[in-house]
Amino acid sequence: MHEDVFALWVYLARSPLLWLTVTILAYCLCDRIAAALRRAPLANPVLMTMCLVGLLVRGTGTPYATYFDGAQFIHFLLGPATVALAIPLYQHRHMVMRSILPMACALIAGSVTALISAVLIARLLGAPAAVVTSIAPKSVTAAVAMGISGRLGGDPALTAVLVILTGILGAIIVTPLLDWLRITDKRARGFAAGLAAHGIGTARAFQVDPLSGTFAGIAMGLNALLTAVIVPLLL
Amino acid sequence: MLLSLGLILLCQLVGEAITHATDVPVPGPVIGVVLCLLLLLARDQALRWMPAELRDGTFENTGRGILSHLSLLFIPAGVGVVQRLDVLAGNALAIAVSLLVSTILGLAVTAWVFHFVARRLHA
Repeated sequence: MHEDVFALWVYLARSPLLWLTVTILAYCLCDRIAAALRRAPLANPVLMTMCLVGLLVRGTGTPYATYFDGAQFIHFLLGPATVALAIPLYQHRHMVMRSILPMACALIAGSVTALISAVLIARLLGAPAAVVTSIAPKSVTAAVAMGISGRLGGDPALTAVLVILTGILGAIIVTPLLDWLRITDKRARGFAAGLAAHGIGTARAFQVDPLSGTFAGIAMGLNALLTAVIVPLLL
Repeated sequence: MLLSLGLILLCQLVGEAITHATDVPVPGPVIGVVLCLLLLLARDQALRWMPAELRDGTFENTGRGILSHLSLLFIPAGVGVVQRLDVLAGNALAIAVSLLVSTILGLAVTAWVFHFVARRLHA
């Protein structure tokens, strides 16, 4: 009996189907939990699913490459999903056009603030230069951030970790922080989430309100461009 | 629905091609957003000639469908992070404080500047 189970596991563990299924079902479970907790900021579905699936992958001794063989089908959809941000953008285009100036000012102020504060604090606390370089682009979507970090002598793997952690942190903090600052403008709230916490912040913004999500998507795209230009000038 | 999916992929594909050909520091899908937006605006100019799928809201619904579980799409990369938390060792404190404070400042400054400018302009 034991050996049969083992043989079945060996078979399943090699097929992409297993981890694809696990990822989707784990997400469904965690998203249910988040909904049951009325989308409380701390009950972040990305964080919960990541930990759950991470524990399963590690607990079964599965190499990440094997996991990714299955999960890549989900990962692939990030590209088309980003393109699909054009649809809410199109639907809210008149509102977006009216907000060009607030967006431009917020983009420059927010991007520079996030960048300089991250670099200064890391330096003050004694982080070596390579780590500081890896931290600098952490608010930007992973592909761009890893490119910036690698080009300037940082560690792209560390940057990837920092990007995801920043995204989750931002998605958790944004609602309570902006409530506390009494900023109720949905555009401003979404724009901040996308700027500071890229796609994960954008996902959070869409959960709260489609208009916020739209502005988050715009901020994510613009900040990727701006950060790529200013990080090399600052470091 | 298939046509919609194909067009979304086409926007990404052309975006990736532009990124590779020109060295702009923006990922292909972000350029794809601009292309997809142009596509929608062009459609409105020639609505009568468009296939039904682009006129009846199917395209919009397909896009919204992909976007409705955006959070799910970050899990594969996120699980990679859980496996690589060791790279944080050694500078954990500097990294933790830096991420936390700069994320709070980034969020607050962005939202506040947006709010302030929008109010001034009555936008």
